[in-house]
Amino acid sequence: MAWPPRYIALPALLLAMLAAPPLLAQQAGPEASEQEAEAEAQRDMGRATPDSGAAADDFLLYPDPGRPRAVVPENEAEVPEKVVAGLSQDAVSITATFDGSDILIFGAVKRETPIPTDSKLDVVVTVEGPAQPLTIWRKERKLGIWINTERVNIGAAPSFYAVATTGPLDQILLPEWDMRYRISIPLAMRSFAGPVDVADTVPFTQAMIRLREDERVYRQDTGSVTLTEETLFRANIRLPASLIEGDYKTRILLLRNGQVVDVHRAPIEVRKVGLERWLYRLAFDWPLIYGLMSLAVAVLAGWGASTMARWLRRA
Amino acid sequence: MQIYLPIAEIVVNPLILVGLGGVVGLMSGLFGVGGGFLITPLLFFIGIPPPIAVATGANQVVASSVSGVLAHVKRRTVDFRMGGVLLAGGLVGSWLGVMVFNFLQSQGQVDLAVQLCYVVFLGLIGLMMLQESLRALLRSRQPSTGRRRLHQHMWVHRWPLKMKFRASGLYISAIPPLMIGLAVGVLAAIMGVGGGFIMVPAMIYLLGMPTKVVIGTSLFQIIFVTAFTTLMHAVNYNTVDIMLAVLLILGGVVGAQIGTVLGARLRAEQLRILLALLVLAVCGKLALDLFLTPDDLYSIATGGR
Repeated sequence: MAWPPRYIALPALLLAMLAAPPLLAQQAGPEASEQEAEAEAQRDMGRATPDSGAAADDFLLYPDPGRPRAVVPENEAEVPEKVVAGLSQDAVSITATFDGSDILIFGAVKRETPIPTDSKLDVVVTVEGPAQPLTIWRKERKLGIWINTERVNIGAAPSFYAVATTGPLDQILLPEWDMRYRISIPLAMRSFAGPVDVADTVPFTQAMIRLREDERVYRQDTGSVTLTEETLFRANIRLPASLIEGDYKTRILLLRNGQVVDVHRAPIEVRKVGLERWLYRLAFDWPLIYGLMSLAVAVLAGWGASTMARWLRRA
Repeated sequence: MQIYLPIAEIVVNPLILVGLGGVVGLMSGLFGVGGGFLITPLLFFIGIPPPIAVATGANQVVASSVSGVLAHVKRRTVDFRMGGVLLAGGLVGSWLGVMVFNFLQSQGQVDLAVQLCYVVFLGLIGLMMLQESLRALLRSRQPSTGRRRLHQHMWVHRWPLKMKFRASGLYISAIPPLMIGLAVGVLAAIMGVGGGFIMVPAMIYLLGMPTKVVIGTSLFQIIFVTAFTTLMHAVNYNTVDIMLAVLLILGGVVGAQIGTVLGARLRAEQLRILLALLVLAVCGKLALDLFLTPDDLYSIATGGR
């Protein structure tokens, strides 16, 4: 696909400025994205230490830019519980009559030892769409008319984000672990882009999350993961009809005592197929031919209707 | 029933789009306006991203204009010569307009500029037409007081480069139509429309062309201006959604035929009153959006488009 230069320049700039590569993850394969996500988690932890806190980084994170990040202890070498999971489909094809898709995520907890009785097991499933840069505008009344005055640029926000859990997220997950794995909706939004001109970014980011939750592209489905005997789990996540093409990332997280015990990652490829694919490629690879084709369709349709009408009148 | 649009990347109901196209096509056949000033806001309203709405709307206008103009060609109500002169000005104008648009964009607030353009021009033109056509209607009801002059001689008749426009029954300088074409072209490019709603009154009131010829001639030149716009958008921004266009066109071409038939039955004054009311309605809606407190002060604009 022939990306316009700005699509490449912007992520590249962000990469350099924020050391948080939003679009790399989107383009890289499943293995690479796993490594990348791991590296990102490491980097986030590094950033939390007081001496590495560069001034520019301090306001970058939602919801509380000033709050220092808690250092999370490393996972023990021996993880007693592992997640084994599968998806009902690892590819979604967008056809002309595409009407959304249900993805069934299922799996089991693998363990060599008996089920621990001192704590409760919880499962969180997240599905994240390709990230996009975006701008949040606020209108203000000037000379009697409402115009966009202030804005906040977001470097990368997922186009789709769903969190399915076995219970209320704030009860089953500790905030520092949420920050490390970026699980809750506010944290899924990666970073601000460029200098922030407004005094307080919180109303802007809250508005964005509210707008996207209203559109059902950001969703938190509490209790929609069913867990049986602390071993088998399943969750059904509905992908909306208005889906953007790209690599979607699925995570299945095992939680105990508010801490993440194990993570399993799986990609879902969302691709246009058939006529949709052909038209999309033509529009981006051969825009002149595509434009002429659009005009030809218009002229033929106009001529056809006129001829039909004359024929009908005569009949 | 739903359909996925490949470029807009959203799902829409095709019947709504065919209906929208039909309504706008009807306007096009009836009044000789392309309908861009209607279709673009309507597409925004059903959730099509603005750049795609503008580019695809232009493509739909090509179809309904072709459909409408062929009916007018049959009735010999197209002044090709006048259309050509207007078009020559119009193409230069839209090129200039794209440059103005880019300048406004670099300054920010291009949306506001476009919206203000709409409100000011639609308001002015709507009021002018309504007042004039109401007066004409009243005059036609009273018994005629003597013979009326064929047309009035105004400043435009004293310029050099005179040309004969037989279909319009005019013998005037080519400079005023060129200038009108240019001005309309600039505005059309900034507002993302064909410019028919400005062109039609300009032809009637500034050039003194008969209303019957104005509609066909306006449609004729709109075809080329919007075809040029469609191609520019498709090549530079990849924002023409052909699936969306086909649905709008299906309704549009049929609507345009019905409109042309209706137009032949209505009287010119009545037609102009209807167009004036329509223009004022759209203007009022846009003005309200500017002045009323919006439901949500915040909005999201996705990067790129």
